[in-house]
Amino acid sequence: MKIDIILAGVGGQGILSIASIIGYAAVKKGLYMKQAEVHGMSQRGGDVQSHFRLAAYPIASDLIPKGKADLIISVEPMESLRYLPWLSQTGMVITNNQPFINITNYPSEEVLAAELEKLSGKVVINADQIAKDLGSARSANMVILGAASPFIDMDFAAIENAVEEVFARKGEEIVNVNLACLRAGREFALKAGK
Amino acid sequence: MSKNLFLGDEAIAQGALDAGLSGVYAYPGTPSTEITEFIQHSKESVANKVHSEWATNEKTAMEAAVGMSYAGKRALVCMKHVGLNVAADPFMNVAITGANGGIVVVVADDPSMHSSQDEQDSRFFGKFAYIPIFEPSNQQEAYDMTYAAFDFSEKYHTPVMLRVTTRLAHSRAGVERKTIKPQNEMHLDANPKQFILLPILAKQYYEQLLAKQPQLEKESENSLFNTFIDGKDKSMGIITSGIGYNYLMENYIEMPCPYPVLKICQYPLPIEKITHLIDTCDSVLVLEEGYPLIEEQLRGLLNRTGKIKGRLDGTVNRTGELNPNIVGKALGIPQIEGAAIPEIVAPRPPALCTGCPHIDTYNALNEAMLPYGKGKVFSDIGCYTLGALPPYNAIYSALDMGASITMAKGAADAGLLPAVAVIGDSTFTHSGMTSLLDAVYEHTPITVIILDNSTTGMTGGQDSHAFGKIESICLGLGVEKEHVRIIKPLKNRHDENLQIMKEELEYQGVSVIIPTRECIQTLSRRVKANKK
Repeated sequence: MKIDIILAGVGGQGILSIASIIGYAAVKKGLYMKQAEVHGMSQRGGDVQSHFRLAAYPIASDLIPKGKADLIISVEPMESLRYLPWLSQTGMVITNNQPFINITNYPSEEVLAAELEKLSGKVVINADQIAKDLGSARSANMVILGAASPFIDMDFAAIENAVEEVFARKGEEIVNVNLACLRAGREFALKAGK
Repeated sequence: MSKNLFLGDEAIAQGALDAGLSGVYAYPGTPSTEITEFIQHSKESVANKVHSEWATNEKTAMEAAVGMSYAGKRALVCMKHVGLNVAADPFMNVAITGANGGIVVVVADDPSMHSSQDEQDSRFFGKFAYIPIFEPSNQQEAYDMTYAAFDFSEKYHTPVMLRVTTRLAHSRAGVERKTIKPQNEMHLDANPKQFILLPILAKQYYEQLLAKQPQLEKESENSLFNTFIDGKDKSMGIITSGIGYNYLMENYIEMPCPYPVLKICQYPLPIEKITHLIDTCDSVLVLEEGYPLIEEQLRGLLNRTGKIKGRLDGTVNRTGELNPNIVGKALGIPQIEGAAIPEIVAPRPPALCTGCPHIDTYNALNEAMLPYGKGKVFSDIGCYTLGALPPYNAIYSALDMGASITMAKGAADAGLLPAVAVIGDSTFTHSGMTSLLDAVYEHTPITVIILDNSTTGMTGGQDSHAFGKIESICLGLGVEKEHVRIIKPLKNRHDENLQIMKEELEYQGVSVIIPTRECIQTLSRRVKANKK
């Protein structure tokens, strides 16, 4: 078993908490894991990405080779496209469709939607709306993780458990709303896949 | 034993703690910052009273670590590559005095310049100082090598350099810990003059340092960190250093590597092992993360053998970090790529945060500088270096920590007026105070803007030694009281701030303007923490 994931977004959007949840679940299962992060200057509103690798055997490189990623999980639509050179021919893109616009030359809604439409394997989801409807606009990243979960070779209960553990110190209310977001994202992806 | 999910930096920190560390000394710098932060937050380190406060700069950090070693205890010094330039004086000289308690100098290089102004390779500094270098290829080795480096340092009475690069520093993987050692008892060196570098003594110690080299080479030859893996295909041999090994192996997941591989992670170089590889292979490919340090030595000025391939002959990119694809290409393995990046994807450069006080300062400064034309604002290393980008386009230099003030002074000496320096509070205490003293001493007409956001912002908001002291430091250095102006960088104070800047730009002496408002990031974290 191996799964290579590119996590994408803009600095501050919480891609590292997605990573820490999958990571927690993976380590508990005794899988090997490597996760390269971006710290420092580029975090200031810039594009950020994390290479996240899981395998049943020791992993060599901290970086995923181009053309080998199984998934791109993105909390921002334009950012999901930035890493297409890494995506394998059979890979999937799971992305939020709500843009984070902090530059003047951000593409128009139609053009962006058209590019996303071109992708062969994809789940495009309004994670912001789903999270907001469930009462926690800040948990859009958990909706995205939920939408990606059917494509991660790991039982869903393990991911749910990881959400519980990682958010435990923030209290039951936060745990529950994050679990609700995770499940809503998953449900959306399963329906979209049919 | 269960595995801990550690960043490379955290593995180093835990390795040092488990090896009986008594103190870490450091100034924040990407990608090294998390080492010291981990020790600051470690319950064990707090319980064992391990020193972990930030230092004013890398030089003071290095010297304090030497002091701890002098007292017989184990000290860790951490910095980014350019920090070693600042600490170069004590670094070169502690190689001569040697260590009493173990000293490990961690230097985190940043090839590809993700967050730095150059990609210098610190292994050259280690070689320059004639000290051993450990260069881990993964997080477990980062832990193991740090743990081993303290014993090694004490065995040979020498500081040891641990060199990592961004990808290892900021990548997580499972790490197993070893048994925890107690801290050293305080004890002085047997030779009471060991740390006195008077010429008459330094000459002896330098000879002793050189005399250690054959032993260090023998250690490298036998080191478990330097491994040889034979291969049948002798048309090419491969030498990797540090994480270059990972990228090589990534290309041989489905089939074993057919070539003999020498994985080097400990220096000085294992000459016998290298000789064997070169003698038995038709050519040798060198894969090292950073400058071509090994390659240059093997190739030599004359390149007599013509056998050595790597960055110098174009087989591998001359600059930037390695990755699996670059290495795969060098191996002649066809590389696949996914779809191209669609044209609509726009670059998203880093930017000052919404609400950042620097924005208001730059808006006022740009307006104040309008009558004087472009090219007269010198800046420094920090978040405010982003003032070089649109929409501000406010600054014209960023050289090294503290250079803004002294560059402005030199430009003013040349007649470029008004000359303005923009420097952050933490950068000012790191390396700007002596620059300001130069200007005060000569009454040079410069305007220094010290952006006081009460933190070391760029690296994530560490405590700044400058906190609450900027004004008194400037006065103490001799800046006239009426030309130390404190302003509040806010949109609704724009006109007032603009007026103050205009006045001070006119003044034909040293003025200091201190825009004072907390970093928006640390402020929001503080507000959030208070709510709980």
